Amino acid sequence: MNAESFETVVVETDLLILGGGMAACGAAYEASYWAKKHKQRVTVVDKAAMERSGAVAMGLSAINLYLGVSKGNNTVDEYVSYVKNDLMGIARKDLVANIARHVDSSVHLFEKWGLPIWKDDDGNYVNEGRWQIMIHGESYKNIVSEAAKKALKELGEDGCYYERIFITEPVMFGDRCVGAVGFSVRENKFYVFKAKAVLDVMGGAVHIFRPRSVGEGLGRSWYPPFNSGASTYFTLKSGAEMTCQEVRFVPVRFKDSYGPVGAWFLLFKSKATNAKGEDYMETRAAELENWAPYGTSKPTPTNLRNYLMLLELEEGNGPIYMRTDEAIQKLVAEIPDEKEAKRKMKELESEAWEDFLDMTISQALNWASHNIMPEESPSEISATEPYFISSHSGASGAWVSGPQDLAPGEHAWGYDNMTTVKGLFAAGDASGASSHKFSSGSFTEGRIAGKAAIAFCVDHPDTIEISEEQIAGLKEKVLQPLKVFEEHHAYANDEDVNPHFVKPKMFMFRLQKIMDEYAGGASMGFKTSEPLLTKGLEYLEYMKEDSEKLAASDLNELMRCWENVHRMWQAESHLRTVLFREETRWPGYYFRTDFPGMKEDWEAFANCRWNPETGEWEMIKREIL
Amino acid sequence: MPSFVITEKCDGCKAQDRTACQYICPNDLMVLDKEKNKAYNRAVDMCWECYSCVKICPTQAIEVRGYADFMPLGGVVQPLRSTDSIMWAVKFRNKKVKRFKFPIRTTAEGSIDPDAGFSTGTDDLKSPVLRTEPDSL
Repeated sequence: MNAESFETVVVETDLLILGGGMAACGAAYEASYWAKKHKQRVTVVDKAAMERSGAVAMGLSAINLYLGVSKGNNTVDEYVSYVKNDLMGIARKDLVANIARHVDSSVHLFEKWGLPIWKDDDGNYVNEGRWQIMIHGESYKNIVSEAAKKALKELGEDGCYYERIFITEPVMFGDRCVGAVGFSVRENKFYVFKAKAVLDVMGGAVHIFRPRSVGEGLGRSWYPPFNSGASTYFTLKSGAEMTCQEVRFVPVRFKDSYGPVGAWFLLFKSKATNAKGEDYMETRAAELENWAPYGTSKPTPTNLRNYLMLLELEEGNGPIYMRTDEAIQKLVAEIPDEKEAKRKMKELESEAWEDFLDMTISQALNWASHNIMPEESPSEISATEPYFISSHSGASGAWVSGPQDLAPGEHAWGYDNMTTVKGLFAAGDASGASSHKFSSGSFTEGRIAGKAAIAFCVDHPDTIEISEEQIAGLKEKVLQPLKVFEEHHAYANDEDVNPHFVKPKMFMFRLQKIMDEYAGGASMGFKTSEPLLTKGLEYLEYMKEDSEKLAASDLNELMRCWENVHRMWQAESHLRTVLFREETRWPGYYFRTDFPGMKEDWEAFANCRWNPETGEWEMIKREIL
Repeated sequence: MPSFVITEKCDGCKAQDRTACQYICPNDLMVLDKEKNKAYNRAVDMCWECYSCVKICPTQAIEVRGYADFMPLGGVVQPLRSTDSIMWAVKFRNKKVKRFKFPIRTTAEGSIDPDAGFSTGTDDLKSPVLRTEPDSL
């Protein structure tokens, strides 16, 4: 495939939204409304097709963030306290509160648009846990994307949606982000999007660490394999300050297929035990005191629940089981009438299967393959590999401005969710220190950022001219893997084995091996230390050099090349920040064996910035306000 | 091999300008072999088993065979998705079968009104009030 044959397509817009998931849909929905009033243009660019794009592609069985403020169920402050405790004190209260005060509106819209939400006999939403409500969510993303596309259409010609365009690089004008470049994965076209403001909502990052399954099961990551670190790369390369890059997330899920455990723990009140039937949350309760005040608060933080389970495994007490059989039997036994109990059993069985079929179909297939009936036998659970997902119980992302009316002075610099780079906004998994947004909160944060970004466009009406030279340079860089392949492939008779280049798949495996073995991956029991991290960074330097020799034989492989460059940058920011924070604060996510406990002077944000001028990394400690 | 295409059933979406599975796959895995006029999954180890291709296939030509590195053979989970509900057949290795039906949508496809009947309480671009608020709160 000849890189010279690529046509350059230039698209001009005012607000450029990069991504197609929940946050992008929220942004498109909100921005279109304000753009129409203020005569602004909105363009959305998505690597996939919006109705099944992003982490909600498969659907969901619950909405994990709903407060019910108008019903008097909860307050915003209560939610903020919960999130801060779950993250061991490391959270931006202003950002979490901003999402929480708007999220009910988003959920009410979802329901009106057609999302079936479970209701009790009185017509109230059925709660799974305090903040979670149950949904029939197979078509959650289809519904939300329809609303987003309709909102864009209200703008007429000023609202555009591009699908199957993979975004690679930001376009900078001095210290301001003024667009993005990428390419079509369907035809030989290089795209340049010029904008007044850019919103980065390209999701979290998967396949940075070596997964537990490396055959076909490589693709069965918990968070989707197509979320490949584009968000972090984009903000880092723009020169934006990042936060919480050390706060990875390691979910505990049903083993291998990674089916959800929330409904089992919260709705069905199931227990998890070691092989001997001991509930480690009870037998190891004393350990939680070492992590006070967070460990001794209720509910127990996610990472500490992980940690107690990991201690069981270290002592050889596995497998760990979700006692689904006991939970179901107990719920049925509460009903004295035999006929009624039978009906209840049928209902619980259907609910249990729907929980998987709505969001992790592979887990249902796993049960069918192993002849598992949840009411008859328990199922194994395990810690997965680490992920980067600030919308769940991780926190990595860009350091963004808080709302003027909630944020302490230095946490607000003009526009909600703007990064430290002018004109560049971030939301969803792209913004950090505001965990537990989930699907509804990501959509909501997209709305907040979308409105603020339109305000930025209105305040900065001047058109910035990008030089032809800058565009030509970016085009050459983006298409380089095609050129490398073209120049060298004839040298060897194996397309994948050639001393002049590396193919993206092996490049990814190399990255995963480094991260797993040096940065505390699953095979190392999530343990690492300064000497290991330093060695890992040394090996990463070779990778950065070799990334210039990535080779692609077609458009699909070109996308894979860039996905893995993005992953490499996510990996480096993680390594550096884990090294910077000289303590262990989330022992169930990673454990610094050289600094085994929490330290008071690290009750702070660990931020970092890659300087585009010098290529140097700067590590920054910021106070929690 | 995660999602796979049943040769006999796939007609390459000949009546459409693009194959449905290629259109929908969030990881860009499904491609059409133009010579054979059959779709296939080009990288099964990058498949999330999200079933988007299975659900959208107009000839029900796509199924999923669980990841061979940890699933015994014999399990099958197959959906049939309509505009308002989805039906699932779960076939176990031991030949037992369970069927489930769940609602997926309460409104007609294409009928969404973005404002959903809510009104927006401000025209101020700098106010924290979002579209449809405070009505929708």
